Amino acid sequence: MDLSTLTLTELRDALRRGETTSVAATTAMIDRIVTYDNALRSYLTVADESALEQAAAADRRRAAGEDGPLLGIPLAIKDIICTAGIPTTAGSKILEGFIPPYDAFVVERLLAAGAVILGKTNTDEFAMGSSTENSAYVTTANPWDVARVPGGSSGGSAAAVAAGLAYGALGTDTGGSVRQPASFCGLVGLRPTYGRVSRWGVIAFASSLDQVGPFGRTVADCAALLGVIAGHDPRDSTSLDAPVPNYEAALTGDIRGLRVGVPREYFIEGIAPEVKSAVRAAIDDLAALGAEIVEVSLPHTHYGLPVYYLIAPAEASANLARYDGTRFGPRVEGADMIDTVRQTRALFGPEVKRRIMLGTYALSAGYYDEYYGRALRARTLIAEDFRRAFETVDVIAAPTSPTTAFRIGERVDDPLSMYLADVFTLPLNLSAACGLSVPCGVDSAGLPIGLQLIGDTLQEARVLNAAYAYEDARPWHRRLPVVPALEP
Amino acid sequence: MTLSREDVTKIAHLARLALTDEELTHYQGQLSAVLDYAARLNELDLTGVPPSTHAAGRRNVLREDVIAPSLASDDALFNAAAAADGQFLIQSVLDA
Repeated sequence: MDLSTLTLTELRDALRRGETTSVAATTAMIDRIVTYDNALRSYLTVADESALEQAAAADRRRAAGEDGPLLGIPLAIKDIICTAGIPTTAGSKILEGFIPPYDAFVVERLLAAGAVILGKTNTDEFAMGSSTENSAYVTTANPWDVARVPGGSSGGSAAAVAAGLAYGALGTDTGGSVRQPASFCGLVGLRPTYGRVSRWGVIAFASSLDQVGPFGRTVADCAALLGVIAGHDPRDSTSLDAPVPNYEAALTGDIRGLRVGVPREYFIEGIAPEVKSAVRAAIDDLAALGAEIVEVSLPHTHYGLPVYYLIAPAEASANLARYDGTRFGPRVEGADMIDTVRQTRALFGPEVKRRIMLGTYALSAGYYDEYYGRALRARTLIAEDFRRAFETVDVIAAPTSPTTAFRIGERVDDPLSMYLADVFTLPLNLSAACGLSVPCGVDSAGLPIGLQLIGDTLQEARVLNAAYAYEDARPWHRRLPVVPALEP
Repeated sequence: MTLSREDVTKIAHLARLALTDEELTHYQGQLSAVLDYAARLNELDLTGVPPSTHAAGRRNVLREDVIAPSLASDDALFNAAAAADGQFLIQSVLDA
């Protein structure tokens, strides 16, 4: 059996039938990481020893008659999510050597479910970026073309799953950081409703926007992961105390009568013609499956980017104030306490400094009302756009990103062009909606294109089922990238 | 919106960031460009629109004030740059 081409749910079936073991699957993944990750640089830390112990424990649990949605499944975790005993850097030099004393809620859930944690994946520093080029350590390559970015910020997780170096992964999505890399790497990536998944133990970037989300090769893989990580956690006061549906059972593939809204504002500014035609074709496919297509308007879409780039940096400037060389991370000794803090914080990379500066300015006396205050009010209008649209439709269909994966280095000197990669994903984060990206085609260079499906608050099951129906009709996920094996 | 060099120096001070001259020049241009872009929000009439601090619409979450286990002090100090006697060690902030 070629373990490397199985999806998460296919591996689970094989484990249930006794055709393979978690130790065999984990060993296969570790071997593949050794062979292929020199070309991709998707992992920052490979926890092979503990992974094999977890795999052996999962096999024992299964031998004792236990089963579960993720029992024995090897997964990758974005390096912004705390893992007890495994270094966690957030892609930053300011957390070099940091070993978390506790697991994030989502990691507790995965380990309790018997999942295997292969390691920690690369991210733009503090999740600030759209390409992994802002990681202080490495730039991850896209498995479909190693000269291109995998998207970001959760690009390491996306590249690892796309290349068969993990059966699924977790990322975080503050402005599109799960959906956009899923689109660039040909995966399904879901951003849950704010509060659906606890942020406990997730290194904070922008607290009102951050949310953990799963990556899978298929919709069912994502549903299986979401089912384990969703749920109430009193340690995160924004965690929603709402029942967790059986997401896998919701995948009927029947979308007859589903009202699918197509927002006209998402088919204009700067969208690549091949992306536009692939997404339009996918919407036609949804219609052919019995969905009713309705044109909708999200009139304040145009303001999403400026609102996001005031609110996220403002929250980041407050969250990142804690990195002062006292409680964690390295310390750069200066002339006095204040100088030590200033010199230590010089360890932040250029994009993080830029956003701290922007956020500090937007919150400073005299400018608060003009920038942060206006952004909070405009945010209300963007959230209202979605609320109003969901009065008439069940799901919104749109492109995930305006282009396919761009070349490494192409946008690094122009922050605004980099920010545009998230123009279609970040309005959702400002609202109470949820959404995912599902592969819907390839461009002439063979690069994946993503269809974004957005649902109302806590409608993850509905969105997943719409994506499942599409995926069943157009199984783009069966196409796999060919990754070069490089010697170390 | 064009930020002056003094503006950028002041922001860096407020943010406790040691920046090189080169970085100051770089950020002066880039922050001005992003703020110009953000000026797009001035097109909106926001009269009477309430601010949203987050989307979930949650109110205060309260719990019983009871003692529960928390991080052990050795664990809390494990990642410190310097620690002594069960405490984080920093430079003196008072004149001796």
